[in-house]
Formats: sequence, C-alpha cells, structure tokens
Amino acid sequence: MDTVTLTMKMQPELYMEAETISPDQFAAKSSEEIGALPVYMGNEHHTLSDFFDISGNPGKTAADTKIVVSGDLTKVKYIGMKMTGGEVEVLGSPDMYVGAWMAGGTIRVKGNVDSFCGMGMTGGELLIDGNAKNYLGAAYRGDWRGMQGGRIVVGGNAGSDLALFMRGGEIIVNGNVDVHVATHAEGGTVVIKGNAKSRVGGQMVKGDIYVLGEIERMMPSYKYIGDEEIQADGISGTYQVWIGDLGERHGKRKGETIYGKIYLKVKDTGKAAESVRAARKIRLSDDQKKQIKDAFAGKEPGVQEVRAFISDTFGIDIKPMQVSRFIDEMRRKE
Amino acid sequence: MADEYIIRNGHVYDPKQGIKGDVMDICIADGKIVSKVSGKAKEIDATGKTVMAGAVEIHAHVAGPKVNEGRNYRPEDKLFTCKATGKTRMEGGFSIPTTFRTGYNYARMGYTTVMEAAMPPLYARHVHEEIKDTPIVDQGAYPVFGNNWFVFEYLKNNEETNVNAYISWLLRVTKGYALKLVNPGGSEAWGWGKNCDGVHDPVPYFDITPAEIMTGLMKANEQLGLPHSIHVHTNNLGNPGNFETTLDTFRLTEGVKPNNKFGREQVFHHTHVQFHSYGGDNWGNFESKAKEIMSYVNQNKNITIDLGCVTLDETTTMTADGPFEHHLTELNHLKWANLDVELETSSGIVPYVYSPDIKVCAIQWAIGLELGLLAKDPMRTYITTDHPNAGPFTRYPRVFGWLMDAKYRNERLSTFKHSEKVNDATSLGSLDREITLYELAQMTRAGPAKALGLTNMCGGLAPGMDADVSVYNINADRLDGASIEKAFSSADQVFKSGVLVVDNNEIVAEPAKRTFWVDVKVPENKQVERDVAMKFLKYYSMNLGNYEVSDHFAPHPYVIEVDAS
Repeated sequence: MDTVTLTMKMQPELYMEAETISPDQFAAKSSEEIGALPVYMGNEHHTLSDFFDISGNPGKTAADTKIVVSGDLTKVKYIGMKMTGGEVEVLGSPDMYVGAWMAGGTIRVKGNVDSFCGMGMTGGELLIDGNAKNYLGAAYRGDWRGMQGGRIVVGGNAGSDLALFMRGGEIIVNGNVDVHVATHAEGGTVVIKGNAKSRVGGQMVKGDIYVLGEIERMMPSYKYIGDEEIQADGISGTYQVWIGDLGERHGKRKGETIYGKIYLKVKDTGKAAESVRAARKIRLSDDQKKQIKDAFAGKEPGVQEVRAFISDTFGIDIKPMQVSRFIDEMRRKE
Repeated sequence: MADEYIIRNGHVYDPKQGIKGDVMDICIADGKIVSKVSGKAKEIDATGKTVMAGAVEIHAHVAGPKVNEGRNYRPEDKLFTCKATGKTRMEGGFSIPTTFRTGYNYARMGYTTVMEAAMPPLYARHVHEEIKDTPIVDQGAYPVFGNNWFVFEYLKNNEETNVNAYISWLLRVTKGYALKLVNPGGSEAWGWGKNCDGVHDPVPYFDITPAEIMTGLMKANEQLGLPHSIHVHTNNLGNPGNFETTLDTFRLTEGVKPNNKFGREQVFHHTHVQFHSYGGDNWGNFESKAKEIMSYVNQNKNITIDLGCVTLDETTTMTADGPFEHHLTELNHLKWANLDVELETSSGIVPYVYSPDIKVCAIQWAIGLELGLLAKDPMRTYITTDHPNAGPFTRYPRVFGWLMDAKYRNERLSTFKHSEKVNDATSLGSLDREITLYELAQMTRAGPAKALGLTNMCGGLAPGMDADVSVYNINADRLDGASIEKAFSSADQVFKSGVLVVDNNEIVAEPAKRTFWVDVKVPENKQVERDVAMKFLKYYSMNLGNYEVSDHFAPHPYVIEVDAS
C-alpha cells in the first residue's frame, strides 16, 4: 500500500469542506493533481495544496492507497466521505462528517471527532480513539436510512442520537453515551460498554442494544422478559433482556413477532445495576469546593464555565441548577 | 420579442396540421409562428433533427403547499443534487425539485406549458407565488372542487345556477384554470376517519355520493362552457380491484356532450389512470386491468386520460387524497404528512420507493406502459407520471423510450426480479407496438393542448400560434431507447413564445412567463354571495377579504374569458 501524507500548513479561516480527502479521489493521481483537488469554504473554491503540504504517492486504486492527515484539523469536515476502500489515518481531531456515507476501507482517527460521523455508512471501518459527538452512525436529516453496514468503534464517549435510524452494521462505544440511542432503528447492533442516559431504543422496531454499564432511565415502552447468558463484543455474562419499543409496529418472522432488544448486563451483585437516578444528587466535598473557589478566585464565572471545570477536574457531571446554587453560595461567603 | 428565427430543414411533427416528419422550415416572428420571415432572421440548422411544438403538461404537482411541504420534510431529496451552473439560479432536488429546477428542467425537455394539478383554494396564493417563481414555462392551476362544502350543499339541493355561480366565483378568486376533483367525497369523509370506496358510497353528514358530485360538476362545466373539462382522480385509487370503480366513474359520462368554444371534445379527463387500473383483491393476486380500461376509453370519445407511468425511482407521493396517503404510510412505514384544508379538501405526503425488485411496483410500471400502448387514439391519451407520485417528470424521456422502443421495454421487463409474475399479471410482454414520433407529438403536445382548450394557442406549429418550439437531436432513423432518452432529456433548442430559452442544451434566457386562468361571467347571484359571506363568518379561519388571489400574485396573467351569463 502506498501512502500520501497531508500536513496542514495553514489553518483555514472558515470551516473547510474537504470531501476530496479520500483514497477514491487520490488513487492514481500525481501529487500535483492531488494538490489541485478542490475544497470549499462557504462559497469560495480553494485547492488542497492551499492548506496542506502533500508528500508521497497514492496507489493505483483506492484499495492500495493510504492517506495520513495531520495538523490541527478541527476546521476540516468530510474526511473520507463516500470512500470505498483503502485507509485514512487522521492524526488529530477533525470536524464533522468523517467517514460519512463510507462504503469500504478503514478510517482511524487518533483524536476526537465532531457530529455526524459515519452517517449513512454502508461498509468499512471507522475507528475513533477519542470521543465522538452527536449523531454518530446516524441518518441524514429527513432520511430513514441510517448506518446500514460496517463497523464503528469509539474509544471514549459518544454524544446524543447515536445510531439514529440504524438499519445494519455495528457500533461499539467503550465509554458512555448521551440520550437517544438507536432511535427508529430497524436493525444493527449497538454495544455501549459504559453508561447510557435515557431514551435508549425509542421507536426501535428491530435491532440489538447491549449496555454493559447502566441505563439511567429505561423507556416505559420496554418490557423485561427474563435473563440470558450471552456475549456482547466478547464480554460474556448474564444480561437482562428487554423487548420493545412496544409503542411501535413490529414485523413477524415464522409466526414470531420481531422486537427491538435491549440487553442490560447484570452486575456481580446478581442484579442489573441500580439506576443512576437513585443516586443522582451529587455532593461536592469541601476539598473540591475549595479547589473550585481557588480556581475562580476574583472572577465572576458563568455556570457553564464552572460546570466544565467540575467535569474536567473531578469527572462528574452536575446539573446546571446545582452549579448555579453553588456559585451563589461562593459569592455569599466572600 | 422582436427577434426573427427560421429553423431550417428539420423533420417536423405537428398533429395540429397533420405534418408527419416532413422536412420543412419553421418561421418565428414576434412571438408567433409565421409562414415566412425576412432575410434578417437568425437561422437554426435542424438538419437530421426533429422539430415539434413545445410540449404541454396536463397533470403535475409542481407548485403549492403540499409540494412545498414535501420539499420541507424531505431534505434528503436534495442531498447531492444541488449544482451551481453559474448562469441559472441555484437548483436542487430530485422528486420535488425547487421551483427553479422545475422550470428549467421542463424547459430543457422542451416543455413550455405546465398545469399544476391540484390547488387548494384556501392556499391559492401560495400556489401562485410558486408559479411566479417557476421560470420560463406558462402555467395554470386547477382548484379542487371535489370535497367542497358549497358544492356538496348546492348539488344535494339541485341548485344548478348556484353551483355555476360558485364555480365562477372560485375560479376568479383563486385565478384557477379548471375543475379538479380528487377522490370526490372521500377526502371529506377522511375528516370523519372514513373514505368513499366506490362512486355510490355516500359522504358522511352531507349524504351525497361521489357519482352525484362528479355528474353535477360535469354538467356545470359544460353549462358554463369552460376550456377544460372536469379533471378527475376518482375514488379508490391504488387498491387492488379498483378498475371497477374506474369503469363506474367512466360510465357517468355516457350521453354527456361537450359544450365549449375552445375546440375541446371531451367532457371528462381522468388523470393517472395507471393507479386506477388494478385487478385482483389483494397484493398477492394483484394484476393489470389495462385492457378493460382502455377498451372503454377507446370506444368513448368524450373521455381523455393521462397515464401516470411508474418510473421505478425513489419519489415523493403527494395528493389531495388524504385517506390514500394514510393507507400508503401504513404500507411502507415511511414518514407521513397530512393536512385538512378547512371546508375544501385535504392532502397527504409519503415518500415511496418504486423498487424494480418488488413485484407490485414492477406490475404498476407495466400497467402504465400498457395503457399507453393500448390507446387507439393518441389524441386522447397523454403521457404523464403524475409527477411526483409515480415518478419525477424528469423521467419522461425514459418513459418515451419504453413506449417507443419495444426492445428497450422488453429488456427492462425481462430483468425484473419477478419478471415471470409480472408477465402473468400484465400483457405488456405481448405488445409489440412502438409509439411513433408523430404519436408522441399527439400524446404530449396536440392532445393535451386540445383537452385543455388551448388548441389554437399551443401544442402546434400552425402560423398564428404561439411560437413554442422544441428541436431534438434525433430522427425516425435512429429510435432506440437510449437515444430517445438522451435526446428528449435535453433539447437542442427550445423557443418559448418566440424567445430562444434553450440553446445548445443550455438555458440561455428566462423571459416573463404567463399564468393562465379562466374568468367566467355568470348572472349576478345574491344567494351565493350571501352563502360565501356566511360560511366565511361561521367556519373559515380566514377573512373573505384576504382570500382572493390579488393581481400581483400573477404579474403576467393570460385570462381566458368565458361568457355564460
């Protein structure tokens, strides 16, 4: 496999639409031709070479081509869009739509990605070492065909609306996910190794969701039907099986109704994890409070600022209302 | 306007004058076809090419609230379809293109007159705003009458003069062109959670049947002498076994004679007949009844139809037949939009994928073509796809290909997943007829123009008519499917009212377009005036003063005046 290396030399002023960074576009081109490929910023046309140093040569076909992109990619969208083969390695944290509509090949991102990655994907592998934002493996706005094949693996957390309208393929999230998982799904598999919040499998007709951590609030339209000994992404154990979404239509196969299923791992204590909701009220220790006070001494911090600080420093997510009360408390004591 | 043109040496097909491919010159001056031009005329060489009048679209959903709602709720229809040409306005969309793409694409295909098939009177302003925004093509719109409370009440009480006065009023305030009936009675029944499955199935509360509604409006249409006949989409659309309802509907026209000064010979136009020609009693034994339908149509000269051919694409169905759209969303489980338009009509929208791998879709495809091939009188059978319901209008060239080249058609027929079942359910495989270029001109130009009462204006190339002319790079020597599709997708030259709008397959001008509407004079009718005022006070959510489509909505009107006083 031949490798082309793109190194960012100038950060774009606006967000850049770089759907041309794909083995399909690069294959069998000279580095000049690659440099001349168009990228868009708003209504302006630019070329790849305006922003990237390009070295190395691509293979004859997409499958023989590897692309390595490095630099601050936070303003670059659409890397690997519609790719059908080959490899893309992203050394950084790109913006939205990485691997959107990809059909084959591999993308590895050694950072975080923004929203809408792996959208409408039909094949291939999208590996994200860091976190992914919302709408990972989802459908395009209005479309009913989300992820249909392939595999997405997230090392960290994923945001909301994961696997919206999923119809096939597999998504594995090693961390936690936000609300709305596999909404409207009609197939496919989602494995969440951390915790999920609420609205897991809403309006799901078919498909499997495995949650190895906790679900903060189970949809009322899911029904517990018993325990099963199974494996989820190689992790075996006892899982509670829930079927749903009972508010939706469900097809039949061989006389048996097909439901969407949520498998919730039973902890060693012998029961499914206690709902996070029961222990929701999080109290900060005096030591933590002091740290926050010191960090914002002499400032007038906003709620989100303090909340982000708490999240980054202590790894806890506190409701904005509670943060707001805490700020008032700090002010009063001053 | 002042430009003169002469299109030299093309093979001219003009059913209006009976010209069947003769090599001749067509002259254009001052927006009209003329018999000769001065030496200053610009020459267009059409040697080896086909010259026809600008085509006339009799039935398409291209403007108005439901089309726009379709655009709104299907952003995925625009995905990857937007291209900037640098010369025209930004275009986008496939099954429900933007107004700009609608106008441009019709023009590129050589269409110069396009009728919007269903205008809810309450939203007539919206329809006219979109018509105004659609470039190039002349347009008109058919207000829907088939589920209107005024019509129900007047017809129920046999108040003929009141029906006529109401029609006259509604056509004027909505700037409408003809009387459209969609699932007569059924869309109103939908407001009660019901439907009218047959023509003798009464409407809840109003206690009037679809047959009475259709007969009543047909009679009124002829008493008034409107340019177009009533334009009907009858009950029971899209259900297996519905051909009997369709034949029952056709029989309502027996003995009714046309009365008008526009050269129209039919009293009844039935639209998208493909959706109404189904046998069987479930989707398993679903079959074509095109033969039965066409044998009736062929024998009865007071009926015209359009086909509604399925093009096997992913499209967006939209109709004022509210209950049908609900039925459809229950079938395919895709998203559904539904609206009730107060006292007048309802509508629904559902995306639909006509897949060649699904037996029913393939049979529907075959039925549309069967109807066209079984037509004995191409002047009474028009090619449509009921855009966007059976497929987008941009697929017309492909439909032409299937109708004009038996080999091309059979290739498609034999490569379906369920080809054998399709052959069992239809007779398409046994039809070897190929529509000729002359017949095509009848089915897309002269025929619809005549049915619309515009036969002296468009759809022909006789001197004195509007200079709407299309030049296609094809001729009778090479009529294979692929070439037909290519040539008719993109005309070499198109003239609209004497202005060259398409040259070398590209849009080059966007002249002012016209809005056709019909102004019928009837004797003053205080009763109807009072009824309208009362209904607006009592039921409408809108003031009567805000209802009328004022003149600035149609900046270039072409008013057809009819005197029925």
